[in-house]
Amino acid sequence: MELYEFGVGQLAEAFEKGIASPSEALSSVLERIAGLEGEVRAFLLTDEEGARKAAAKADGLWLAARKGGTKPSALTGMPFVLKDNICTKGTRTSCGSRMLENFVPPYDATVAVKLAGSVLLGKSNMDEFAMGSSTENSAFGPTKNPWDTRAVPGGSSGGSAACVSAGFAPFALGSDTGGSIRQPASLCGVVGLKPTYGRVSRYGLVAFGSSLDQIGPFARSVEDAAMVFEAIAGHDPKDSTSSPRPVPDVRKACSKGVKGMRIGLPKEYFANGLDPEVRDLVMKAVLRLKDEGAEIVEVSLPSSMYGLAAYYLAATAEASSNLARFDGIRYGLRDLGAKDVVSAMKRTRSQGFGDEVKRRIMLGTYVLSAGYYEAYYNKALKVRRVLKDEFDEAFAKCDAIAGPTTPEVAFRFGERTEHPLSMYMSDIYTITANLIGIPAISVPCGLSKGLPVGLQLAARAFDEETLFAAAAEVERGSGFAGRIGGGAR
Amino acid sequence: MSWETVIGIEVHVELSTESKVFCGCKTRFGARPNTQVCPVCLGMPGVLPVLNRKAVEYCMKAALALNCEVSGRTKFDRKNYFYPDLPKAYQISQYDMPIGKNGWMDVEVDGKAKRIGIRRVHLEEETGKLVHAGDDITSAESSMIDFNRCGIPLIEIVSEADMRSADEARAYLVKLRSILLAIGVSDCKMEEGSMRCEANVSIRPEGSTEFGALTEMKNIASFKAVYKAIEFESKRQAKVLESGGRVRRETRHWDDLKSETVFMRSKEQAHDYRYFPEPDLVPLEIDRAWTDRVKDTIPELPDQRKARYVADYGLGQRESSLISDDMDLSTYFEKGIEAGAEAKALANWMTGELAAALNASGTEISSSKAGPAEMAELLGMVAKNEISGKTAKEVFAEVFAKGGSPRKMVEAMGLGQISGEEELRKAAVAVIDANPGPSADYIAGKENAIMFLVGQLMKATKGRANPKMANQLLKQELDGRKKNL
Repeated sequence: MELYEFGVGQLAEAFEKGIASPSEALSSVLERIAGLEGEVRAFLLTDEEGARKAAAKADGLWLAARKGGTKPSALTGMPFVLKDNICTKGTRTSCGSRMLENFVPPYDATVAVKLAGSVLLGKSNMDEFAMGSSTENSAFGPTKNPWDTRAVPGGSSGGSAACVSAGFAPFALGSDTGGSIRQPASLCGVVGLKPTYGRVSRYGLVAFGSSLDQIGPFARSVEDAAMVFEAIAGHDPKDSTSSPRPVPDVRKACSKGVKGMRIGLPKEYFANGLDPEVRDLVMKAVLRLKDEGAEIVEVSLPSSMYGLAAYYLAATAEASSNLARFDGIRYGLRDLGAKDVVSAMKRTRSQGFGDEVKRRIMLGTYVLSAGYYEAYYNKALKVRRVLKDEFDEAFAKCDAIAGPTTPEVAFRFGERTEHPLSMYMSDIYTITANLIGIPAISVPCGLSKGLPVGLQLAARAFDEETLFAAAAEVERGSGFAGRIGGGAR
Repeated sequence: MSWETVIGIEVHVELSTESKVFCGCKTRFGARPNTQVCPVCLGMPGVLPVLNRKAVEYCMKAALALNCEVSGRTKFDRKNYFYPDLPKAYQISQYDMPIGKNGWMDVEVDGKAKRIGIRRVHLEEETGKLVHAGDDITSAESSMIDFNRCGIPLIEIVSEADMRSADEARAYLVKLRSILLAIGVSDCKMEEGSMRCEANVSIRPEGSTEFGALTEMKNIASFKAVYKAIEFESKRQAKVLESGGRVRRETRHWDDLKSETVFMRSKEQAHDYRYFPEPDLVPLEIDRAWTDRVKDTIPELPDQRKARYVADYGLGQRESSLISDDMDLSTYFEKGIEAGAEAKALANWMTGELAAALNASGTEISSSKAGPAEMAELLGMVAKNEISGKTAKEVFAEVFAKGGSPRKMVEAMGLGQISGEEELRKAAVAVIDANPGPSADYIAGKENAIMFLVGQLMKATKGRANPKMANQLLKQELDGRKKNL
């Protein structure tokens, strides 16, 4: 087994015991990247020099620990990748956009500070400003699915998912506004977690939909994801929406099992539009949970069909405001041909943003404009409240809700770019968790036509413990842990 | 036709907190450009605001001092518009749930009390400052932005349209400033821009209850300008209506040099700010205990001060209002008393001689050369009969123009009152001798003739005689001669 195949837990153990050093692990992943990145194109930037320095420093820390010094945190020296909308001081953060092609942040995101002891390999590709479900909206070209390079890796955090899937890194961070971690995790056959809203600091995450955005981990096993989650979660005084609640020991929860746990199956999630093979694999995994002692109950989320509409009102409204700061005045792209300030802003924004971003800014601007606020934005807020009530009702009957992460396995490039709505449908099962702020995880449960299928679990707000316990059980049943993308091998 | 002017005023005041409203940057005025900035107030991608508790307290304090209801639950909203001095392209403000609402303030104009409603007091953030290499942003060769100011906490105080004259508007602003200074939430310096106002003006036929179309006036940089702008604008609107025209709802720019308002933009060109709740901040809960704690920190306000001036110093209602409503006048008055001035005399001088001199020279009382200490010294000499009232006025004029100690000035000019009896008696004898006719009249029983002789004696001593003593000595001298007849 090569070091690049090691998961987070395995590498941490190897570092601690001296079986391998961070520098050796780094060399292995760099070699892997050198061999496959040309095909996968998961990175927008790699920083080999910075990574080598960080790894050398970590080598010393683990060595000192073995000589009786203090033991560093588990992720010390661990190679990882950040989605390119997470600010890194001194390292370009482009958000997959021409607008920020040359933007170097003067500060670090809180999650980057928390992972300062780990080894940042680079920044991963994404749909521009996290708007998309395939990475085809990246201004710098799409990322390929390591399982089949003719297929998309999902999005918007497709680069991070592909990195973990392809063995470029044992873990990566992404952001999830409507499914942007879970959907690519599902399509690339890795574990992806969207924590409870407020669990992980958003400080330094370039905002898309502020009331929906959450940063979360990708890893090749549930326990690895748990380790990363524990490292990045917790209250941050720089983020007023981050919660002061203590972070649970989710790693321990991974071995708890599901005996007595009530798993709810929303009938609406297994209706029209769901690929039969995906449905069968998810149902098989659910039945295995039953075999392990879980109780399966049917629940109903009748308003979830309105979720997608509410999402595209709320998210675009917030995005139209969040992306207004990109006007070419202080940083990023600036059109130098303009003669006055208004045309400079217009020309900069016309050139800097891609079509999908413009579509959403226009939609969001419309949604918030005078006379339409009540009809659209406020209506979306109402849907969010109704959804929350329905989930509360469902969670009175069950501890976790299970279903498919996406209706279908990874689709081909170009298949949906002409029809934005068909692309939006890819997030039909994932967006509700963002709308009501609950945690949800996608865990692989098998292959359909050679491509991974993800099972999504959702739990009550701040109950990541239940989520990890159930996800780990699904993983044990599917035997998928640690698998590296097939097509790119 | 005679018209009634209807005025509402919006005031923006920068709060004097140590740090900005959503980040830890300093708020000092006059620092080198862009030295008090950080990623948060520069609106860099990915940053988040963290609310400054002190700013909330200052806003609450202002709201409470203006008799507002302070809500239990408030929130912040985004006001979206593009401008280079607004780095996020939205301003975090409060739209439908201001910290304070439904307050009031009493002012007094020409001895008449008037209650002016305060619609709302809300908290928001200040923008950056543009510096143009040219006249304005469209014609300038280049423009620079200083973000030091960006993110300084700002409160907006919106009055009801309750004012009916420029005088009332000025009285409102003077008292508002006085209240804000008293509670210490702002330095209220119009010249540094830490206090700014906009006036909404409309007119209607006297007696009408309907409102006319209003114009909003911007760029008003002093209380004097507010007065002039309202006067100008109500006359302009009257002219438009009297010539058969229609007043359009629009925003106008006050040109202080030309003393006129000019068209800026119409209502149709107004921004659609697309307000929506700020998702980066959680709703703000203000509980009763917090409100009470803030209430306890409010010191004496102008109305209470007025009552104290009446009770403790026996000032009249009118002069008491005049002084207590203005923070600078109050400070002057109290410093004067501290320096030993008699309260009533000081109030008389402040509302009379001093007010006139300040007005004529366009000086602010806070920078008057005849300060409270000088005034106390001057009034002390009058009280002790060391100088006459007439001399005091001359000395005051000198001190007001040049500064310095009134006592030294009196000595240098030889203006001290002649109170030595011998010296004055000699002068009295000389006056009697020089005016035999009136003297004889007095001796013959025409007592009124003494007034003429007193006048002559005052003239002879260049006003340095104490009139009472002059009268006494002349009578003594003449009565003596009568006996000897």
